[in-house]
Amino acid sequence: MLELIDVYTYYGNIQALKGISIHVETGEVVTLIGSNGAGKTTTLRTIQGLLRPKQGKILFEGKDLSTTSTQEIVRLGIAQSPEGRMIFPRMTVLENLEMGAFQRQDKLGIKSDMERVFLLFPRLQERMTQKGGTLSGGEQQMLAIARALMARPRLLLLDEPSMGLAPMLVSQIFSIIQEISAQGTTILLVEQNARLALTVANRGYVLQTGEIVLTGNAKELQADPTVRKAYLGDE
Amino acid sequence: MKPWQKIVLYFVIAYFVLLLGPIAGFDLPRIVQDIIRSPSVLVTQLLVGLINGAIIAIIALGYTLVYGIIELINFAHGDLYMLGGFAALTVMGAFGMQDGAPFVTAIIPMLVALLVSAGLCAGLNVLTERYAYRPLRNAPRLAPLISAIGVSFIFQNLGLFWGGLKSFIPIMGNTAAAPKSFPDLLPRIDLLEAMGIQTKVDFTLKDLIVLVVAVSLMVGLNLFIQRTPAGKAMRAVAQNRDAAKIVGIDVDQVIVMTFLIGGALAGSAGLLVGLYNNTIVFTMGFTAGLRAFTAAVLGGIGNITGAMLGGVLIGLLSALSDQYLSSRWTDAWVFGVLVLILVFRPSGLLGENLQEKV
Ligand SMILES: Nc1ncnc2c1ncn2[C@@H]1O[C@H](COP(=O)(O)OP(=O)(O)OP(=O)(O)O)[C@@H](O)[C@H]1O
Ligand SMILES: [Mg+2]
Repeated sequence: MLELIDVYTYYGNIQALKGISIHVETGEVVTLIGSNGAGKTTTLRTIQGLLRPKQGKILFEGKDLSTTSTQEIVRLGIAQSPEGRMIFPRMTVLENLEMGAFQRQDKLGIKSDMERVFLLFPRLQERMTQKGGTLSGGEQQMLAIARALMARPRLLLLDEPSMGLAPMLVSQIFSIIQEISAQGTTILLVEQNARLALTVANRGYVLQTGEIVLTGNAKELQADPTVRKAYLGDE
Repeated sequence: MKPWQKIVLYFVIAYFVLLLGPIAGFDLPRIVQDIIRSPSVLVTQLLVGLINGAIIAIIALGYTLVYGIIELINFAHGDLYMLGGFAALTVMGAFGMQDGAPFVTAIIPMLVALLVSAGLCAGLNVLTERYAYRPLRNAPRLAPLISAIGVSFIFQNLGLFWGGLKSFIPIMGNTAAAPKSFPDLLPRIDLLEAMGIQTKVDFTLKDLIVLVVAVSLMVGLNLFIQRTPAGKAMRAVAQNRDAAKIVGIDVDQVIVMTFLIGGALAGSAGLLVGLYNNTIVFTMGFTAGLRAFTAAVLGGIGNITGAMLGGVLIGLLSALSDQYLSSRWTDAWVFGVLVLILVFRPSGLLGENLQEKV
């Protein structure tokens, strides 16, 4: 479904991605793990067209995205819950969700997706008329994921959905991610919480200072000694 | 602010009001006497302030919309409004309108003038964005600001040139730089008298028309921003540009639309001010722009309701100062109030607390 081939992304002169290649197949949950500054967010922003690769190809169902506008990429079926949540602070929860469906015309479909999202996140329904900026951190995270779902994406990019959440909420968010996957959405999940990420993912990549250093299915990665040491906190 | 700083500040304010105040017309006993002697003057003056304030508000919206979207103070905006006035005057000339032309014959010219000045200013504003601001979007913040000042000069000179086209447009009068008289077309029927109310308060059909048009523009803009998808896209870009992109909003298109709307509002204000004050001059963009910008800051720059509130407040304050203080000191009073408000509420009356805006 998605394939990155030898992608280089720069911030000015700083090389953030040094030729990474990853692929995500339809129906999979793939995780991208790595420590701070490894380039995970950069990868998602490059896929979404917010950053442009200096070199390399990004193929989504055969179409090269490296010069496609972000709004076109959204239309093609890629949505994202970004790092730092980025909800619209002065819009209500309901308006935030409507913005998620900005590109869509099918009123009925939007309505049924709204219901689906409220089933996944009942808390958001309770807070429907509250301004986004007044939600708690965890609620904002739910809203960011829900807003991305409102685009009815075929590929959902999640950037650290567990960041700053209480342990209870983290496991709740991860079970929701599994549910979204079970409902048929392909997911590329960026996480620092490698332990949890590898329990929901089929496959994973380990990113280190802009390069993929390791890849394999989730079980292999969980068993890998370097991963255990660096990302799962084993001694 | 620390308590001692507050005390110093109050002292400074008291000093200015008590000592400098009388020079600048702040003579409280006389003002009170004036108001008691003829309260109707006060009411009339409040109405004048309200209407001028509504026009300032429309210009202020152009500043605040653009600032909300790209955080640029568009210094050329006031001059754009001036060009709108010249466009309207030119249309009046083309239709051969003169002072006191029957209202029915003036309706079509006025509608055409509205379309022409709104359209021209919208187009000019979009072109300005495209060629003067967009290339500098990733430059340091000062660069587009300087560019805006440059565009402001270009517009002023354009206005000066336009005012000198008397051989083509006789209505422009004699010298290029001189104020032009704008035909007085709106009927000065005293509405209160027509309703059988005997007062000395002046409220004419002319006042009503200008007020209604100005308020309709503001209400229309609000509905557009709150209800339509395009308006929601504007709010989204203003609140978080990256998030707007992520949900699939074409940010460039929203920026163009913002300049288009701001320009159309400036053009409409140019026509309104011509019809209301019956005089336009190529420098009026500078003063009006300054007041409108002040209004936008007063209300909280980036905040639409704030710009409207700020505009009306500045209009009222100016009208009261003109009447009761001293018209020569009006600008000083207006900006004095601005300074005061910004000292106590740096983010403006309705602006959100800057600390929250990370
Ligand atoms: N706007 C920017 N300008 C310059 N350098 C940047 C910018 N954004 C990120 N970088 C650099 O690019 C590298 C990759 O950053 P990125 O945000 O992709 O890391 P990450 O893996 O998402 O980290 P984290 O887990 O902390 O979110 C870092 O070294 C970072 O300093
Ligand atoms: Mg990151």
